Amino acid sequence: MIRILDAGPQTTVQDLGRTGQMRYGIPPSGPVDRFAFVLTNRLVGNPDTAAALECTLMGPRFEVTAAGAFAVTGADMPVTVNGQAAAGWSTIALKAGDVVKLGPARTGVRSYIGFAGGLDVPLVLGSRSTYLRGRIGGLQGRALRKGDELAVLASGAVPPRRVVRDAIPDYTVEPTVRAVLGPQADRFTDHGLRALFGGRYEVLPQSDRMGSRLRGPRIEHARGHDIISDGIALGSIQVPGDGQPIVLLVDRQSTGGYTKVATICSSDIWRVGQARPGQSLRFQAIPVDEAHRLLRESDRALEAAVREESA
Amino acid sequence: MRFLPAGDLAVCVELGEAISVEVNTRVRALEFLIQQKGLTGVVETVPAYSSLLVYYDPRAIGYEPLCAGIAELVPQATTAVLPPPRVVELPCCYDDSELGFDLVGAAKRLELSTDDVVRLHAGAEYLVYFIGFTPGLPYMTGMPERITIPRLDTPRTKTPPGSVGIGGIQCCIYSVESPGGFWILGRTPVPLYDPSASEPTLLRPGDRVRFRRIDRSEYDSIGAAVAARSYQPVIS
Repeated sequence: MIRILDAGPQTTVQDLGRTGQMRYGIPPSGPVDRFAFVLTNRLVGNPDTAAALECTLMGPRFEVTAAGAFAVTGADMPVTVNGQAAAGWSTIALKAGDVVKLGPARTGVRSYIGFAGGLDVPLVLGSRSTYLRGRIGGLQGRALRKGDELAVLASGAVPPRRVVRDAIPDYTVEPTVRAVLGPQADRFTDHGLRALFGGRYEVLPQSDRMGSRLRGPRIEHARGHDIISDGIALGSIQVPGDGQPIVLLVDRQSTGGYTKVATICSSDIWRVGQARPGQSLRFQAIPVDEAHRLLRESDRALEAAVREESA
Repeated sequence: MRFLPAGDLAVCVELGEAISVEVNTRVRALEFLIQQKGLTGVVETVPAYSSLLVYYDPRAIGYEPLCAGIAELVPQATTAVLPPPRVVELPCCYDDSELGFDLVGAAKRLELSTDDVVRLHAGAEYLVYFIGFTPGLPYMTGMPERITIPRLDTPRTKTPPGSVGIGGIQCCIYSVESPGGFWILGRTPVPLYDPSASEPTLLRPGDRVRFRRIDRSEYDSIGAAVAARSYQPVIS
């Protein structure tokens, strides 16, 4: 059992997300940074689908009531166990009564805390992910609060592991995010497309799990910014009338009526999710085939990222 | 027909560029065929007015073969393949200014009596084109022409869930409290989205919806039954 002593500004239970519910208007949810999420599960010997915590800008403080193992990946939040510094991106053993704290993020936005066995909350529509606006999944469909208790599923012994140095991202670097043009690239002027792929876009504080709001050179429409509403894919760069992009993330609305100039590759979504308000990013257009190649590369990078600790 | 890439995990299959029952029926028929045939690599589908967003796993299928597989199904995508639609009856209280707070204004704008507006609205059968925007919110058509009305000049910031609204040629029912630009004629006590239910959303794409005019006392008693979990929606 995990007892939450301080929850942090927005800590939620997530697994890999809900499938098949978007036709009913329910988004997939799941981690914004899938890369870091999968790694935290692998560090503690869980399947990728196990439920873990996503923390935003600052982590929680919690007490464990039984021995086990946990790991922290993603944004660089200082981790302490009973006040002693502990390393991120590696397996950490815990004994009953240990108190863990994650401080404010020094870089990045979202951290993931994985527990050996995975968090035990009820499956809702096939997933343990919290969808805050829809009030489903996770713990009663909401972010964690002080005093909450979370059960952990049973697990076997966990050999200590770590993520190799090369696989740990540097969130302070201005990312270049790859995107496939469309579905409505033809609704923009050449000037508008040049702005998108030549300019720098700053992340605004109004960003959340639904979408990241950006500000930069205006992305000019050729004819009107409204379309007949259609489905919205993960990473869609939606451009309303003001010409400023909104990147739609895991808690996005399933359909919408604004033009979408391009769609960020799934293997680069985490770069958007870890960019802090005030940080900027750039876009690069690539064809679909290249995006698929990047995804396979990212899968391989995940496979190679975790090593057993040599004692 | 056009295939528009939507990143590396989805493709938008556009079957037309208009809001029409004919095009939307083909969209839903295509979705049905894709699900029925279990097309390789397809993860999930999202119908809209005139397009179908198909999510796929690029580890299981490439973009070109996926589009080719879908294109093969398009000629068969007609009403004939769809199962008979469900008909969902939704009780709606129009005759209470607290619930149907735009009814008087809409009637005035349409130069009709409030009773005529209600009779016309409740007398029609609506088709759910698709569900979107918020969980369980239906985009519907089937409005009698006489009550088509421009959307509100200034959208309101909060519309209570269950509010039944009209705007343009469309009718919608708000599923959760949200902003909106529709004229609210009444409210249904039946939740379209109930996070605590095992199936949180009531309506599906392709459903037919009929409104049954109820008075405030019936609205309240159905509301109480919903709260007590003893209400069963009327679906045939």
